Amino acid sequence: MVGPKVKITEANYLKIKDICASFNNNPGELINILHKTQGEFGYLPEEVQQVVADCLGIPVGRVYGVVSFYSFFTMKPKGKYAISVCLGTACYVKGAEKILDALKSELKISEGGVTEDGKFSLDVLRCVGACGLAPVMTINGKTYGRLVPEHVKEILAEYAD
Amino acid sequence: MDTIKLTIDNREVEVPRGTTILKAAEQMGIKIPTLCHFELDGLALENRPGGCRVCVVEVVGRRNLAPACITECMPDMVVKTNSFRALNARRTVLELMLSDHPNDCLQCPKSGHCELQSLAADMGIREIPFKGQQSQYAKEFSPSIVRDANKCIMCRRCESVCHEYQSVGAIGAVERGFPAVVSTAFGKNLTDTNCVLCGQCVAVCPTGALAEVDNTGKILRDIANPDVKTCVQVAPAVRVALGEEFGMPAGSIVTGKIAAALKAIGFDYVFDTDWSADLTIMEEGTEVIGRLKAYLAGDKNVKIPIMTSCCPAWVNFYEKFYPELRDYPSTAKSPQGMFGATVKTYFADKIGIPRKNLVCVSVMPCVAKKYECEREELGVNGDPDVNYSITTRELARLIKICNIDFNSLPDAEFDSPLGASTGAAVIFGATGGVMEAALRTAVEVLTGETLPRIDFEEVRGLEGVREATIPVPGVADLKVAVVYGLKNARTIMEQIKAGECPYHFVEVMACPGGCIDGAGQPYHHGDASIVRARHAAIYEADRRMPIRKSHENPEVQAIYKEFYGQPCSEKSHHLLHTIYFDKKIKFDID
Repeated sequence: MVGPKVKITEANYLKIKDICASFNNNPGELINILHKTQGEFGYLPEEVQQVVADCLGIPVGRVYGVVSFYSFFTMKPKGKYAISVCLGTACYVKGAEKILDALKSELKISEGGVTEDGKFSLDVLRCVGACGLAPVMTINGKTYGRLVPEHVKEILAEYAD
Repeated sequence: MDTIKLTIDNREVEVPRGTTILKAAEQMGIKIPTLCHFELDGLALENRPGGCRVCVVEVVGRRNLAPACITECMPDMVVKTNSFRALNARRTVLELMLSDHPNDCLQCPKSGHCELQSLAADMGIREIPFKGQQSQYAKEFSPSIVRDANKCIMCRRCESVCHEYQSVGAIGAVERGFPAVVSTAFGKNLTDTNCVLCGQCVAVCPTGALAEVDNTGKILRDIANPDVKTCVQVAPAVRVALGEEFGMPAGSIVTGKIAAALKAIGFDYVFDTDWSADLTIMEEGTEVIGRLKAYLAGDKNVKIPIMTSCCPAWVNFYEKFYPELRDYPSTAKSPQGMFGATVKTYFADKIGIPRKNLVCVSVMPCVAKKYECEREELGVNGDPDVNYSITTRELARLIKICNIDFNSLPDAEFDSPLGASTGAAVIFGATGGVMEAALRTAVEVLTGETLPRIDFEEVRGLEGVREATIPVPGVADLKVAVVYGLKNARTIMEQIKAGECPYHFVEVMACPGGCIDGAGQPYHHGDASIVRARHAAIYEADRRMPIRKSHENPEVQAIYKEFYGQPCSEKSHHLLHTIYFDKKIKFDID
């Protein structure tokens, strides 16, 4: 006959509190707060959203509504190396889908997934502003352009550690 | 008043500036269909997202069709509500909605009361030309509410009442595009969220996406069981609403027919929650007097204001949101709870059967009462004091299932010894009623003199927050407040937290206008006149009672003499009072 318990480490709890405080705990800043929080943790698991809701004094459903609405926000942890394949118009026309397929079969995961060892995660996005290099993918922010499916294996090998 | 003239369907009309096309058309007798739009006029409940597009009309000179529910009338506007273009658009909107809606109307709990079904019938939908993806959500059960997200049309009425009216925020829109749906955070069961099970989401949902848990089958099973005796209690607000389910005008008082119907269904004992409402006043009233006297004598530890504790959604609310203030509400159980505790002890003994062989059922205007029945502390060794509860709507179904012609039933009386009641008890069904009933007893006890008047008009009404000062000669000027809607209750709780609450005694009910518009009542589809008629009927029922003060109820006086001794005695503390728990979400930080 007690309420639900949300487990979180003190360090993480304080980090979120600080982020919210830096926005004056203003619920109107929810998207910015989530942006910054995801920057800190890499993703937004349930307990993180619970703390954000508590700091802002809003129902956690409001937070979850925003997190589930925007594809930028994720509740799944990213891999150590986060791969994003551009499926914007230019990249798509230049065969980005084949790059994506090569990554999927090489890593044995689908879009939005993370490899079992937590090393790689795979996402798609729309346009990174490097259309001249199409098709393009990024790994932890580093851009790889003019790709053909055969490149995939050797690029992944760069992240062997 | 600043008015404007416009033309709707070739007729000129003059309306105040700011009027929507929907309202202007309505006053001309033109009924534009709506779906997401919901407004319970004057009772603080509304949803105006302009999102479903079922109400689109053609405004001459405007490129796009306009949603009538949120488009304001403009001078010289020419509106066509039934142009070919508008009708086609409306039909397409509806057909698209139906293309992702289960076609199981025959088994749907809202069948006959579903606004989507009515629209499809009114528009003459005979086939759905679109074949598309179908949502595949699992049904979700809680003690009170069943959610079937496949039937959600994203009107978001439930979200509006949950967030804006109740300030709870348990359900809301999640995801985007096709998967967009109203859900709890992280898709959890309602029981594991901050939901207080008030059920107003069920009351406003236009489809079968939200419905009450149906217990009618359990009743039929228990009545047929030769090994148990069955007894039933009926809450005050049921008697001013049940008639609507049988075509009677809103506000019909059908107390006698209810007693007759329950006997015809086969209950062994047909009792009245009004009896235990009077008992509640004895206990809660005594507690009010005790706390007040201590407070006025300067006791700094006593918790003032004392708050009512009859409404189960309100109890859930303070346990989940303000557990640190849970010493303020009265410890008195609700009338449903007091009835159950008495029937399973005093009455089971009287008829000489063990408590587990006595099944106690309640008929309530409420869905949160179903959860209250399941509270562990309101039972003994897993045997609940009240086994389960049904809503007013379920009682209507049960009467129909049992082939009873409700309208032609001759009136019957409730059984003794838990059936007699007073006017003070019946007003428990409306906002302000518990307060007034308590005042009728408490003021008389405090002053030691017979009240010069029985009616405390100052605490009546349908405004969401009302306050009054009741002079109690020789004692104090009693400052009281009556609120409905948990958002209003939240305001009071925040005042208490800040040490700025000016009241001695506060009544809280979760639903609009109190139990008369509880979530278990017949659907009103936004027609506030229905709620107002029930409200008037409650006070009419009070006027008709020969005894109108709880402490004068002979069967309540008898139970004290025979069983409980005094109000707030050791025995009544044990059986008629309860404790509250801290159910607020906690962070387990390590």
